Amino acid sequence: MISELWFLIQKEFRLEWRQKTMLTGMLIYVISTVFICYMTFKRIIDVPTWNALFWIIMIFAAINAVARSFMQESRGIQLYYYTMVHPAAVILSKIIYNSALLISVALIHLLFYSLFLGNEIQDMTMFLVGLLLGSTGLAATLTLVSAIASRASNSPSLMAILSFPILIPLLMTIIRFSRNAIDGIDWVMNASYVYVLLALIGMVVTLSYLLFPYLWKD
Amino acid sequence: MYTVTMGFLGDVPAMAILNESIRNLYFHVTMWFAMMILLMVNLYNSIKYLGDPVLRTDEIAEESSRMAMVLGILGLLTGMVWAKYTWGAWWVNDVQLNGAAGTMLVYAAYFILRNSIEDEQKRGRIAAVYSIFAFAMMIVFIIILPRMGDSLHPGKGGNPGFSSYDLDHRLRLVFYPAVIGWTLLGVWIMNIRLRIRNINKSLES
Repeated sequence: MISELWFLIQKEFRLEWRQKTMLTGMLIYVISTVFICYMTFKRIIDVPTWNALFWIIMIFAAINAVARSFMQESRGIQLYYYTMVHPAAVILSKIIYNSALLISVALIHLLFYSLFLGNEIQDMTMFLVGLLLGSTGLAATLTLVSAIASRASNSPSLMAILSFPILIPLLMTIIRFSRNAIDGIDWVMNASYVYVLLALIGMVVTLSYLLFPYLWKD
Repeated sequence: MYTVTMGFLGDVPAMAILNESIRNLYFHVTMWFAMMILLMVNLYNSIKYLGDPVLRTDEIAEESSRMAMVLGILGLLTGMVWAKYTWGAWWVNDVQLNGAAGTMLVYAAYFILRNSIEDEQKRGRIAAVYSIFAFAMMIVFIIILPRMGDSLHPGKGGNPGFSSYDLDHRLRLVFYPAVIGWTLLGVWIMNIRLRIRNINKSLES
């Protein structure tokens, strides 16, 4: 199980590295979205708006990035995995890979976002922790949703419809957390949000682990 | 019937702010209760379907969530009317209102997902997976998150709960039958719809 997991993660990274167009495409997507926001807003001084816009861009980028994790694989390949490995290994490897992907996207996003729209963050460490947890949470939730959506027809639009309402609790928590980080509020006040986020991520991963085998058999 | 008659004509304790609008308690609050019960029926049947895929179970799951959706929308509308008269706006930025709206969106997405899958077996399975996942997230959304922020609803954010002083003897007498009544009404309509489906199916075959 562990060796299968490790193998599948390696496979994901190698596959991504081979098709660099997808990776660069995603980077361009984030950068150009930030640039459009820059052109329309010029500079955002209002903290809630800055924060909300940051996470909205992040969500759209995440949906785009994760949506293809199941769709790009043909039925043949999926059948091949099905005979070779445990289904839980497949979903866990995808979650881990997507988290890594989204964390890097988030960091680049933060870099360009603060370059163009100004950086108001007072507690950078806390914001980065939020970024890390938020990206992991997004990745975990969206991976299962993309597995669901890939089973249905017209999946790209379905992906957005299915994921938005489910993402609201995660988004609310992460927005409050990162806003506190921007305002430089003490850790003592903010720790409860970290627990909620960790609990959410734990819950989503457990549910994916339990539910994915049912999506799998066809 | 009892609920509706008592709801409009029964004696209510006069209260500051709420006044006669306390009557809405019989409709608004009880509808949410009934909706939650029906959603639990949906959850139960979804889990059951994953364990033992019988088409009937999936049909119950779909119809129960459809009924829950109707009750949810009604609950939202009655809630909006109530909010207008007590808080002064049709929609206030309140965690519970947003939670309710989010729930509606989740189940709207659930129906769209159902419609976009042709094969019946597959549809049941995938919809069941989504509804279990969605239910778990919804629980977090409407039960855990509101505890973290302030809410205008009674019992939260420093507002006293209903049960503490105003859900007095007379209100209770109507409140609990109302919960049962709305749930039974939902189950009844659900049953009729299930029977219509069965008839249609046997007509086709």
